[in-house]
Amino acid sequence: MRNKWIAAPYVGWMAVFVVAPLIVVLVYALTREAPDGSWYLTAENFAGMAGYAAVFARSFLLAGIATVVCILLGYPMAYFLSRERGRLRSMATMLIMLPMWMNFLLRTYSWVFLLERNGFFNTLLSSIGLPKLDIINTSGAVVLGMVYNFLPFMVLPIFSVITKIDNRVIEAAQDLGAGSFQVFRRVIFPLSLPGVLSGVTMVFIPSVSTFVISRLLGGGKSLLLGDLIEMQFLGAAYNPHLGSAISLVMMVIVLVCMGIMNRFGEGEGEAVLL
Amino acid sequence: MSKELIRLRNIRMAFDDEVVLNDLNLYINDKEFLTLLGPSGCGKTTTLRIIGGFTTPVSGDVLFNGVRINDVPPYRRQINTVFQKYALFPHMNVFENVAFGLRMPKVEEQLDENGKVVSRRKVKISEAEIRTRVMEMLETVSLKGFETRKPDALSGGQQQRVAIARALVNRPKVLLLDEPLGALDLKLRKDMQLELKKIQQQVGITFIYVTHDQEEALTMSDTIVVMDKGCIQQIGTPEDIYNEPKNAFVADFIGESNIIDGVMVRDKLVKMYGREFPCLDGGFAENEPVDVVIRPEDIDIVPVDQGQLVGTVTSVTFKGMQYDIIVDFRGFKWLIQTTDHSPVGARIGVKIDPDGFHIMKKSQYSGMFGDYSSYSDEYDELSDAEALDDGEDEGAEEERREEGYAE
Repeated sequence: MRNKWIAAPYVGWMAVFVVAPLIVVLVYALTREAPDGSWYLTAENFAGMAGYAAVFARSFLLAGIATVVCILLGYPMAYFLSRERGRLRSMATMLIMLPMWMNFLLRTYSWVFLLERNGFFNTLLSSIGLPKLDIINTSGAVVLGMVYNFLPFMVLPIFSVITKIDNRVIEAAQDLGAGSFQVFRRVIFPLSLPGVLSGVTMVFIPSVSTFVISRLLGGGKSLLLGDLIEMQFLGAAYNPHLGSAISLVMMVIVLVCMGIMNRFGEGEGEAVLL
Repeated sequence: MSKELIRLRNIRMAFDDEVVLNDLNLYINDKEFLTLLGPSGCGKTTTLRIIGGFTTPVSGDVLFNGVRINDVPPYRRQINTVFQKYALFPHMNVFENVAFGLRMPKVEEQLDENGKVVSRRKVKISEAEIRTRVMEMLETVSLKGFETRKPDALSGGQQQRVAIARALVNRPKVLLLDEPLGALDLKLRKDMQLELKKIQQQVGITFIYVTHDQEEALTMSDTIVVMDKGCIQQIGTPEDIYNEPKNAFVADFIGESNIIDGVMVRDKLVKMYGREFPCLDGGFAENEPVDVVIRPEDIDIVPVDQGQLVGTVTSVTFKGMQYDIIVDFRGFKWLIQTTDHSPVGARIGVKIDPDGFHIMKKSQYSGMFGDYSSYSDEYDELSDAEALDDGEDEGAEEERREEGYAE
């Protein structure tokens, strides 16, 4: 099989930039630096993590809320799009993709200006005589930022799965006495679950590990895992050993979550990862 | 057999200005096995979809028991469909597929004498009854023991049976079948033909069957409707259609036909090749130009001096039951099926009994069919299922056959 060499550049890339760093993270997580500068093997990093349980809980909660909101907003949109044909469909698809063409940091910053104490929304509110709201620097603003940034990743996989459902299967359901609600409940929805599953994966994982969104829109008030890890490497609390351990634990929790979800998807698990 | 159940009245259908059905009129009797037969693009599937309610005609009426049902959606018609390629629900096992229709909430309407709705109530079938009916149905289609299998773990023939069970379990008045055997191999297809006919007699409902396979149509149908270019060409029993085709298209599409230009001298006397032949047909004008159909099996090979016509054998193919030989009669080639072997190049005489002729009026199809000149390709294209016995590349064969008519 000569063909396998075609994949060699990618395999090399993965080895250098994914596998090797993971090993480094693992080594850091299992060691500490003694006062004399030498490293020793220990589980202290993990033991010390109990104090951050609240951060873990908050991260998973906010990412979970953002994911649910994305499903509630994205699924109907994806369903609508898949029923449409022609111009409207391509226009709408483009509109959904449009924000993704802009820099992530830039579009998150723009939310700061919109939500600020003297930002766009509050100016609007006071101009019609309503009191100003504290939107920025709340958990709500963080969720908003997550939803805004990751919503397309929910819509597109669901859309692509629904589009691929054989129209004859839908006609068969109608033929057997199913009105439009029953067709949706018993045929379209169950067949679209693989799309929802990959959508959830693609929204939840970046949400749970984000630090830019919480930094800019959460104002450092609601500390998330991403912020916590960043602080260990770049911030005042410099401790790469603890940072590595937190990263590792987060990764394991996410993997377990995804494993459980995929189990629910059973045979339909060949989720289209776009 | 005689009660009318469905009537299509002046149905016209067009997609983007392309006329698919042109003023179609057809009635279908209760408990009848009716086949819509024709090449691809003839409008047979569209006709079926109109009856099923998946397509609304541009104009014309669809009547069910005398009531216009144009605007009744598919899920409220007492009609079920077996779809092409089955369209089973991939996420449900066999049991759930078959139970699907029974689980749908149904609304029972009480009507007064004028057909007005007096009361409505929701009917739900109990889980126990669903179980009984599904198992009964699975037994009918010989699929007991497969309840928990998913469709993708079934063979084509088994999926086919699930599709039939799924439709029939609802006890419809009419079952529509859209080329249901198209994806099966030849042997299985022949078994299923007989089985379908048996099921139809057993459940005692109307079957409307769509196919482009004339052999399938002849085997199963009470009535065959031959269609081409959005028009009905002929309606009749399989015997009628085979023995008394109305025009060259029907004669050619159903079985093998030699179609020769002729002139009806007077009743019971037809002239072709400058010779007069006695026949049994009548009712034409004197000296009216006609198409003469002679089926390959109605031609006797005789010694040259006893022949009504004399020709040269140009090709011989052994078909098992008979030889197919192509004989050149002054440039027009005939297909003759005979049990006697004649070598290529032999001069032979032929004799045709008066009942071997079938005379048709000239039509738009005159001159388009019935010459076996380009035997090797054309004959293969037009051959019926028997000629496809090698089974393997029968799909390709089928496609070519469809192309042959597609223009």
